[in-house]
Amino acid sequence: MAELVPLLKAEHLTMRFGGVVANDDITFTLDEMELRCLIGPNGAGKSTFFKTLTGQLVPTSGAIAFRGLPIAGKESHQIARMGIGIKTQVPNVFNGLSVRENIWLAVRRRATPRQQGPAVNAVLEMIRLTDHADRIVATLAHGQRQWVEIGMVLAAEPELILLDEPAAGMTDEETFHTAAIIREINQTRAIIVVEHDMEFIKQIAKKVTVFHQGRVLVEDTVSKVLADQRVRDVYLGKKVAA
Amino acid sequence: MPARFRIVAQAIAVLLAMVAIAAIPAGIELFTVMQLTLFAAMAVLALSLAFIWGFGGILSFGQTAFFGLGGYAYAVAAINFQDSTPAILLAIVVPALFAAVLGYFVFFGRISDVYLGVITLTVTLILFNCVNSTSGEEYHIGKALLGGFNGMPSVPTFNMPFDPSQVLSPEQSWYITAGALLAVFLLLRLLLALPAGRVIVAVRENEVRASLLGYDPRLIKCLTFILGGAIAGLAGALYVNWGAFVSPTIFSLSLSAEIIIWITVGGLGTLLGPIVGCVLIEYIVANIGSQQLLNSNLVLGAVLLVFVLLLPKGLVPTARDLLLRLVPAPRPKVERLDETLSSQAAPPHPAGAE
Amino acid sequence: MAIYVILALDVLNGIASLFLLCLGLAIIFGMMKIINLAHGEFVMLGAYATVISANAGVNIWIAMLVVAPLFVGLMGLVIERCLIRFLYGRLVDSMLATWGLSLLIIGIITTIFGNTQQGVPTPLGGFSIGAYQSSYYTLFLAGMALLMMAVVYGVMRYTRFGLIARATMQNPAMAATLGVNPARVYMSTFAVGAAVTGLAGGLLAPVSGITPGMGGAYVAKAFMTVVGGGAAILSGTMSAASLFGAVNQLGAYFTTPVYGEVIVFTTAIVLIRLLPQGISDRFFKGNL
Repeated sequence: MAELVPLLKAEHLTMRFGGVVANDDITFTLDEMELRCLIGPNGAGKSTFFKTLTGQLVPTSGAIAFRGLPIAGKESHQIARMGIGIKTQVPNVFNGLSVRENIWLAVRRRATPRQQGPAVNAVLEMIRLTDHADRIVATLAHGQRQWVEIGMVLAAEPELILLDEPAAGMTDEETFHTAAIIREINQTRAIIVVEHDMEFIKQIAKKVTVFHQGRVLVEDTVSKVLADQRVRDVYLGKKVAA
Repeated sequence: MPARFRIVAQAIAVLLAMVAIAAIPAGIELFTVMQLTLFAAMAVLALSLAFIWGFGGILSFGQTAFFGLGGYAYAVAAINFQDSTPAILLAIVVPALFAAVLGYFVFFGRISDVYLGVITLTVTLILFNCVNSTSGEEYHIGKALLGGFNGMPSVPTFNMPFDPSQVLSPEQSWYITAGALLAVFLLLRLLLALPAGRVIVAVRENEVRASLLGYDPRLIKCLTFILGGAIAGLAGALYVNWGAFVSPTIFSLSLSAEIIIWITVGGLGTLLGPIVGCVLIEYIVANIGSQQLLNSNLVLGAVLLVFVLLLPKGLVPTARDLLLRLVPAPRPKVERLDETLSSQAAPPHPAGAE
Repeated sequence: MAIYVILALDVLNGIASLFLLCLGLAIIFGMMKIINLAHGEFVMLGAYATVISANAGVNIWIAMLVVAPLFVGLMGLVIERCLIRFLYGRLVDSMLATWGLSLLIIGIITTIFGNTQQGVPTPLGGFSIGAYQSSYYTLFLAGMALLMMAVVYGVMRYTRFGLIARATMQNPAMAATLGVNPARVYMSTFAVGAAVTGLAGGLLAPVSGITPGMGGAYVAKAFMTVVGGGAAILSGTMSAASLFGAVNQLGAYFTTPVYGEVIVFTTAIVLIRLLPQGISDRFFKGNL
């Protein structure tokens, strides 16, 4: 019987920086259209794991497969072309270009010249920046720049989206709107979200993976994880065996 | 300014430039025309670095490497073929190939921008040292003796395409050189307006984001670098045509410095600025050399310092900003605030294609 | 047999000269990440200070070991206050501005002293090995290189100033919260780096042709060595200087001096390609 290939599977993923083991033998599976949140205290290895998925880091050992195709150690642009969209922790946008140009650069990889105009407008609608389309991105507020980046990620129509702290630095109202966008996106594609903001997690999460000291501590539904005493201890800095 | 108005204004400017180019030999004495021809050749060299640095984000300290390779390629080919037409082609192709090799080495090796500057500087020194020690009968390519530190005298100048018997007159050399300058300028403007040009600018703006969108920044930068090398090579051929002579000083480090000064003075991030900066600085240098009071190094150094510290944007963008402030154009308030903020928020790389 | 000794002395000379040349730059670049393209001119100023004072009657040793570093150190202090301190964090601008400074200094010196070559005789005399001649000055340079390495190491490791300097180098913001004034540290570091470079200029004065433009030959080599050495000021610079100095001298011996230059430049490019963070990132991580 043919086994269903998971959308993303990391096996025995290890990342070492000199003597520091940031990711220790991680196994991680993500199914089609699944929404997964990665949480854990600072230094737990979430962002490192994230960066091995995006090609920004080459794992020391282990394998990552996207729909069965290996991606560990590939260049970022190759991974992006395979259909993975990434929003980084610090907004990486084209500061000197306009919002419209930013989105257009993302759109043109997937759309023919004729489709590009309407596609850009659709994305601008979704991130609610139509009125600011011709403004230079550097002049926007921080929350708006995050949305520009989210818009760029969506415009490329990826099958898997990786979001590194999408609500960072946002106001409550902006956070609420971001959660709405994420839920909407999840109707058509899988998302992995790394986050610290527990209120935000509660608004969007279904299944949660908790990282601790480079390993996966707990992986379960959001309510069970947040009720788990070990998770609370880890956040309070108490020693917990993974 | 509404887009249509801009295009018409630019078209008129181009037409005026063409008229000026045609009219100059009629109204100006020959000696000055020849000086202007030299300036025009140098301005093409300025454009090569202006493009890869201002728009591609690649600061090469050794653009003279390609300038010199183009010059020598032209000289060697012209002497061997006794026809300038294939020589000019080689002057463009040889530096481009060299840029491809060096570019592959540097960009695919993920060398950071700072070290790129050191490497390009070193490459220029290597070329200078190599060519400088080619004195002697045994150093020749075909019929052309390389000549070492004495250089290659009596290099055949341009002739009519494929007709070596018709050598170009000084006036015709002016038309060709200034015409080449205009053509390269228009070519680059066109490229920057096309999607390929926007991608080049995007890679400069944020390499990480460009690669996360699926663009390969190493390849983009390498291609940009190759184009810059090709243009510098063309400038080399134009320069050798002007003087009918080439020597290892074409690889000089001080010329590499001057190109950077032209662009810093004229305005990084524009195409017109470096041309203005080049002509201005070269004019000053030519005139300093003829008097004893001030040392040219001193003046150039002071100029560079003043501009880096006080006028970092350069002449053309500063002038443009002043003009825009004077002209009460009916533009929406939001846009104007953006322009002011963006000019503050994005030093030293204003992203507009000028 | 004798030829090998001579060759070894040549290599030693090359390494010692290169190390002395680069030490000041390594200190400045390592501390402040400033690319000082006027580095060659600091060397030149040290050489000129030595020549001028020696020809004015000052003892050659004092001229080399005291006058040169003091003069250039003072110059460095002035330059840091008037120019460099506006450029921290602005990498490209610091390159451009220091290039402008380099041209300015060359221009000023040319205006004052003209373009003719100056010189000062090499002290200490020579000795023979077999049929070949060598100079005691070579041994002196090697000794000075070792001494400077020991002095810098000692200061960095065992003095309060050195500790503050190293802390600021690694984390200026953190050092500031501990009461250190990074601006002050940068100022003194730049002055010290300039003084060390001036000393190198003084030491090389007897064995170089001294012209206003002599600095140009040193800038590229110095930067290659510092970049190739990496972040470790002493171990990185010494290993890079050893590699490049040896390659340069051996290359010059087996081919021609010019090709010796070409070979060392090519080696540098290959090294930077293979080890983009320098030798010290691979072999001396975390060391001084």
